[in-house]
Order: sequence, then structure tokens, then C-alpha cells
Amino acid sequence: MDYTSWAYGLLGGLMIGCAAAIYLLMNGRIMGASGIVGGLMDGSGRSTWAERVLFILGLVGTPALLGLVYKLPSTNVTSNIGLLIIAGLLVGIGTRLGSGCTSGHGVCGISRLSIRSIIATLVYIGAGAAIIIIARAIGVLS
Amino acid sequence: MKNLVTLFCGALFGLGLVVSGMTDTTKVQGFLDFFGAWDATLAFVMGGAIIPMFIAWRISAGRVKSVLGDRIPQPPKTELDRALISGAIMFGAGWGLSGFCPGPALASSSFGGLGGVTFLAAMLAGMVIAPPIIRAVKAAP
Repeated sequence: MDYTSWAYGLLGGLMIGCAAAIYLLMNGRIMGASGIVGGLMDGSGRSTWAERVLFILGLVGTPALLGLVYKLPSTNVTSNIGLLIIAGLLVGIGTRLGSGCTSGHGVCGISRLSIRSIIATLVYIGAGAAIIIIARAIGVLS
Repeated sequence: MKNLVTLFCGALFGLGLVVSGMTDTTKVQGFLDFFGAWDATLAFVMGGAIIPMFIAWRISAGRVKSVLGDRIPQPPKTELDRALISGAIMFGAGWGLSGFCPGPALASSSFGGLGGVTFLAAMLAGMVIAPPIIRAVKAAP
């Protein structure tokens, strides 16, 4: 059992949850990554573009600055470019169609005891688990 | 002030994603691998994140406005429609194949190399082309 990984997970999770809590209580906004970015991509968030850009700047910029000082752990992402394109398209379309991702449904929705978010989270975790079994069986994932 | 809070929340979110290990795609895929070498880290991240947010929803209950004056968002309709379920299936499939969801994909864009940037570009493209697909799913009989 990797207790260090769990401890960092819990610590990082608390930081994510505090960010979401402050965003809600101070600004009245829900911290959903796909919603914040998606609104910029399809133009539906045109009236709030500045705050979306600022949020993304913080999200992208902090690890970038941290990377100048520390050696950040590798993403260990697959080198299969075709697979990454398919996965990216599925995540982009799926999160917009399903109105949320791990932060929106998983963190902000479950904590509100929203039935929609709880069901969505169970479904995307189930779909992720199923696709891993399938991808292994056909040799796409090792 | 509102802008400062927004920047701070984005920054804390990014830091939390790196600290939690969620920018490591093998940890995410390890969580989804229930029948293999299961990695419980993601459950700790989710649990840790839900605690402060659960308290925040309790505090906001009964309040109309946030501290800086914007309205507290109202709960969405509780309908479980086709868009929610089919979207969650698509998202879960892409998440499992890559180990990336939108937050970590953005947070790791400065150090994720070509693979990370490729995923991010495809994800953003997917968001651009999503509206007609969403209309079609909702209009289908």
C-alpha cells in the first residue's frame, strides 16, 4: 500500500476543495474546469470571458512557475498520439454534453448531494473502468 | 478584488492537482483499473476535495448572494436526461483511455510534453464542435 501517495492525494484534494469553496463563497461561482474552459471555446461564456481567462491563467501558471523551481513528477502519458486525439475529443465533447467533469460533477456536485452529479460521476467512473478493460483486451493499453 | 479571488482559486486548484498526483495519468488509470493493481489515490483526492466544498454549500444555504455580491448558483433540475448520461459515458471513455480530465490536462500543460499538448488541443477542439452534437442528442426522438 502506498500511504505517501494517499497522504499527498488527501492534501492536494483539500487544496482543490478549498479553492472550490472560496470560489463559491466569495464569487458565487462553481469551480468546474470543463465549464470554465468550454464557455470560452463555444462562445457561450462570452460575457464572463475575463474571469475564465484569469482562472485558467492561475491553473496553468502555478504549475509552470513551480516547474521552474522543482522537478515536477511526469504525467506518464501514453506516446500513442492517435489515442490521445480520440481521448481528447471524447473528453471535450463528453464534458460539454454531460455538463461537467471531475471537478464540476465530482467535487462541486457530489458535495451538494446533487443526484445528477452523483449519477454522472458513477457513470463516468464506470465507463472509464470498462474502457480500460476493453483497451487492454484489444492491446491498445498495456 | 473579484479578479484576484478568481486568479487565486485557479492557482490553488492547479497546485492541488499537482500535489495530489492527479497530473500523473497512471494514478488515474490505476484508480479505474478495479480488477488490476488498484490505486486508491483518486478516492482520497475526491474525498479531500468534497469535505471543504460540502461545508461551503452548508454555509451558502439560505444565502442569495456571495461575499462579493454575485448570486449563489441555484441547484440544477434533477432530471437525468440522455445528454447527461451519454456525455458522462463519452467523458469516462476518454478519461480512461488517456488518464486525463480537463483540470489536470490544463495544469500539466507546461510540463506534459507533446502528448499532453496533443490531448489538450483535441479536448479544446471537442469543446468547439460540441454545440451541434448536443443539439442533435437533445432533439433525437
